[in-house]
Amino acid sequence: MAAGNMVQGALFTVMVVRAANLRDSAFESDLAQQIGRSPRFFQNAPVVLDLRGVENLTEASEFETIRDKLHALTLTIVGVQNAQPAQLEAAAAAGLASFAPSASTQPRGAGPGAPPPAPKARLVTATVRSGTQIYARGSDLIVTAAVSPGAELVADGNIHVYGVLRGRALAGASGDAAARIFCTRFEAELVSIAGSYLVSEQMPAGVRSTSVQIALVDDQLTISPN
Amino acid sequence: MAKVIVVTSGKGGVGKTTTSAAFAAGLALRGQKTVVIDFDVGLRNLDLVMGCERRVVFDFINVINGDANLNQALIKDKRHDNLFIFPTSQTRDKNALKREGVERVMEELKQQFDYIVCDSPAGIEHGAITALYFADSAVIVTNPEVSSVRDSDRIIGILASKSRRAERNEPPVDVHLLLTRYDPARVTKGEMLAVEDVKEILSIPLLGVIPESESVLRASNTGTPVVFDEDSPAGRAYVDAVARFLGETREMRFLKPERRNFFRALFGRA
Repeated sequence: MAAGNMVQGALFTVMVVRAANLRDSAFESDLAQQIGRSPRFFQNAPVVLDLRGVENLTEASEFETIRDKLHALTLTIVGVQNAQPAQLEAAAAAGLASFAPSASTQPRGAGPGAPPPAPKARLVTATVRSGTQIYARGSDLIVTAAVSPGAELVADGNIHVYGVLRGRALAGASGDAAARIFCTRFEAELVSIAGSYLVSEQMPAGVRSTSVQIALVDDQLTISPN
Repeated sequence: MAKVIVVTSGKGGVGKTTTSAAFAAGLALRGQKTVVIDFDVGLRNLDLVMGCERRVVFDFINVINGDANLNQALIKDKRHDNLFIFPTSQTRDKNALKREGVERVMEELKQQFDYIVCDSPAGIEHGAITALYFADSAVIVTNPEVSSVRDSDRIIGILASKSRRAERNEPPVDVHLLLTRYDPARVTKGEMLAVEDVKEILSIPLLGVIPESESVLRASNTGTPVVFDEDSPAGRAYVDAVARFLGETREMRFLKPERRNFFRALFGRA
């Protein structure tokens, strides 16, 4: 058998447990509860211990204690990450591997090269008539005129209407729940953010014809005065 | 240069044909040589409203297909020398309106007339699109009710995107609002949209307000454009609208409920 077939690279998804959390007394019971909800998923699952922000754990015995604790919860520690030299030594003595800090646990810094330019908002200055649909793909949509009943504004980003909004407005059309709708006079037939919608019948009476912004708060479409 | 005016609305039954007839006659009365064309192929009505139904021999489709020449099909109005009617076919349908054929006829008409008034069919399909395609100006006929306003809004959008001027990136079609069947008494009672409401939603200049009037139905049934009836408020409102179209400033009339005459009310002849 050729040596090349004996060792191969492979990628795995491994859960990370933050060692800093272990000091919290509620952590263990919380974790146990979560595991209890989907025991099959966690059965003998490999985990990596993240040592960021942890100063102790410089003895192999300390790692063995944690290993036993997690083993009782059906988790198996396979290694550590973000370890300081003394911690790394102790972990190695306890038979744990060293993992390079993963991308998801690293703070995001500016990558090389210039940042990509922000997508320019689409600007509409004429009345949007009934039957017209305007879609701002991948950007905000700004309308500086009225939007008639039966017209439809769709944007992947935010929607701003500096006129009467009488038609429909659908922001965050590709699922951006942080998108908002801003409008100086609100008489819309329907508003939607990331798929949650309200038809005019469901809107509170007090907001009609006022200046409002609409956002998704705790999965609830919320209309508040500007 | 001759000007093409389309009379359109999206919605049916709002008064397009009545307006086309009155507007064309009004322009003729102002000394403009005018022809009014019926684009409602298959539902020929304009000839009835103009009172020339018994004189139709050839029609619009015959001329488009080259079966007749223009002057064989044009009917001269008996009341006014400047007024001509171009009837359509009752036996064909809107698909017979071939754009190239219509264009050729339009160019030929432009040589002879000052104004070409196109009476559009209802809807937003081929017939209505063809009627508005060559327009320089549009008269949007709207009734003071929400469905008519919405359809008018739709047709204004279509004028801005599908007309020849829009396709060629020329200055846009000059759009005017004409509010018809307006009943000030019902507006006061809140049963009808007020002029201001309609103006605000459509946001186009107001050419005139035609009051609801018995004289309109009488005019249609007798085949006389209502502008020829000088006693009719609707007729006078159309005369005003035409004057405004030609650039005059005239005060809006018929916006308030008519005060009932005390003596007439007393003798029960109101």
